[in-house]
Amino acid sequence: MKMNGANALIQSLVDHGVEIIFGIPGGVMIPIYDALYGRKDIRNMLMRHEQGASHAADGYARATGKVGVCFATSGPGATNLVTGIATAFMDSIPMLAVTAQVSTTALGKDSFQEADITGITLPVTKHNYLVKDVNDLPRVIAEALYIAGTGRPGPVLVDIPMDVSLAEIDYQPVTEVNIRGYSPHQEIDETKIDEAAELIAGAEKPVIYAGGGVIASGAAAELLELSDRTHILVATTLLGKGAIPEEHEHALGMLGMHGTAYANHAVHECDLLIALGARFDDRVTGKLAAFARKAKVIHIDIDPAEIDKTVSVDCAVIGDCKEVLQKLLKKVKARPETDWNKQIMQWKSEFALQCPADADKLLPQCVIAKVSEMTKGEAIVVTDVGQNQMFSALYHKVSTPRRWLSSGGLGTMGYGFPAAIGAQVGCPDTPVFVICGDGGFQMTLQELAPAVEHKLPIKIILLNNRVLGMVRQWQELFWNGRYSGVDISVQPDFKMLAEAYGAVGMRVTKSSEVEAAIAKAMEVTDRPTLIDFRTSQDENVFPMIPAGQSIEEMMVNRPKGS
Amino acid sequence: MKRPMQHTITVLVENRPGVLARVSGLFARRGFNIESLAVSITDDPTVSRMTIVVTGDDSTLDQINKQTWKLIDVIKVVDYSEIPIVERELALIKVTAGVEQRAPIMQIVDIFQGKIIDISDTSFTIEVTGGIDKVDAMENLLKPYGIMEVVRTGKIAMARGSHTAMS
Repeated sequence: MKMNGANALIQSLVDHGVEIIFGIPGGVMIPIYDALYGRKDIRNMLMRHEQGASHAADGYARATGKVGVCFATSGPGATNLVTGIATAFMDSIPMLAVTAQVSTTALGKDSFQEADITGITLPVTKHNYLVKDVNDLPRVIAEALYIAGTGRPGPVLVDIPMDVSLAEIDYQPVTEVNIRGYSPHQEIDETKIDEAAELIAGAEKPVIYAGGGVIASGAAAELLELSDRTHILVATTLLGKGAIPEEHEHALGMLGMHGTAYANHAVHECDLLIALGARFDDRVTGKLAAFARKAKVIHIDIDPAEIDKTVSVDCAVIGDCKEVLQKLLKKVKARPETDWNKQIMQWKSEFALQCPADADKLLPQCVIAKVSEMTKGEAIVVTDVGQNQMFSALYHKVSTPRRWLSSGGLGTMGYGFPAAIGAQVGCPDTPVFVICGDGGFQMTLQELAPAVEHKLPIKIILLNNRVLGMVRQWQELFWNGRYSGVDISVQPDFKMLAEAYGAVGMRVTKSSEVEAAIAKAMEVTDRPTLIDFRTSQDENVFPMIPAGQSIEEMMVNRPKGS
Repeated sequence: MKRPMQHTITVLVENRPGVLARVSGLFARRGFNIESLAVSITDDPTVSRMTIVVTGDDSTLDQINKQTWKLIDVIKVVDYSEIPIVERELALIKVTAGVEQRAPIMQIVDIFQGKIIDISDTSFTIEVTGGIDKVDAMENLLKPYGIMEVVRTGKIAMARGSHTAMS
């Protein structure tokens, strides 16, 4: 069928099952938005800043498991996507970013709104393309979606010059992809499965350390079966939350810098660490020489480059977590509960997390614990970055994969709210909560407009301490209380701001009002609700292991005298 | 085991614009040191071949191989550290050569089986081919006469025997 490149792009996306795009047009993007005009089988959600578009595509992808798609025009539109692309790259999230580009004849001449976006995104994409011939376009879109969604997922960018969008093509759908330098399916080495099974059988103090790979591969059921059969307890990374139901007695919560004390004690004392779809990030390991130093390590991961990258392992199994676990489950025998289990359970009760009982103060962790209790594991909870994120990781219990969305690797403030929009669009029947601070929310709050426009009933839990809290915490603990550049007490009235956008706004100043406010928000079904929780300003996240240190330096509570 | 040393790897890539930037960009941002890099087309016009000499310990080399593999435009990475190879580099050396120096320089060139490919009243331009050590040795011997300019291609390498990078 004869059509122009822009229509071929949109038709290719439809043919590959894409239903929604998050994006903003611009000069050289007009042909592509023209091709969207009047279509019923695919729609554009018009965001207000391209960074919001990229985070929304990311949130959509994390919540649904499908590839999230975002559009931006050339130059500044494209560069505004970069933070969201880098966020997706660090967390291995499948995303397709399509950018318009100046015409091929104007390329390389510093033309108006020209930016070398394939060059700029080289280090933060799994792959990218500059399409110079319209006849390549259907194949490139097929390849881009395939690369983004297979193997270790990641963002792929496709840059399309204006004259390519306008050029005529006889469109044929591309159904098969063949890239000779890319074969994501790995044959699993059975001898490694045997080795891993033997290590598990011989271990006295094993612990599982589960990451985002378990979520990406859909291996939660297999992980639960392994844990149930062997009574091996499971600590998760920030991105691994939901890999095992956190109410399960085998769940240890998050490990690492702000992990639970019991997860960190278990990993520190274990004699076998089973890393599943995780990459030994520095926020997990702290000081490498002291990390799990008594343990043999099994590392199961789809990406061979993660093996021995920072921690040398005793047994590496390369492959998709789900397939590896299915094979491993055929070899692993049941093990009873042991003294090791008792020891960990003792740590679990000794270091149990508790909201401080301080009725005078409105404490962020108590607000989060209330959200967790009232949503009963049925909501998608998205966080921003900073104290709000770490408190949420500790106090919000996740029971199902893809119901916990957080920017881990890049730690992108401003991620939460637009990502929640993507999650709500992808899962219209699931309640979506975003927990954010006043700092991060103000970085992307312009997306209130599309959220209102599309009647998205997102609950914005704004933990408003009027300060950049995580930086303030580090300054208090490690920089002699020199609070430089963290006071953001000059701020809008967030209740009125929400109302100005047409959302519901509320303000909560007392702990006694928390439950009623959340209950009221949960009744709103046709627009976003923002609750401005005026939380205590000097609350710190504990436990904490200072950067680059070991569990011996763990602070379970605020140090005396500080 | 940590031992910084030189490794030779061959990378077969799609012959497309921007692929060299993908490979060199990866090396730069991950902190891998490139000693030399030679690129050219192969007998298959859709494939280019890079011969890269890198320094690093075993774990760095392991990361270099694996991270390079991950690039979509990379078809194959062959590590030549552990197998017998033939390797060559070509150098052009311009050296000061007045009348009195000509005979001794020609002797050195002869011993190294090099060629004098250009001559002027004050200089020779010499072509020499060989392993890196041989080219280094020749350069050192010519130094006393006054080297004006040196250009080296960087090493290229192939496995010995019938084995090929593609097989």
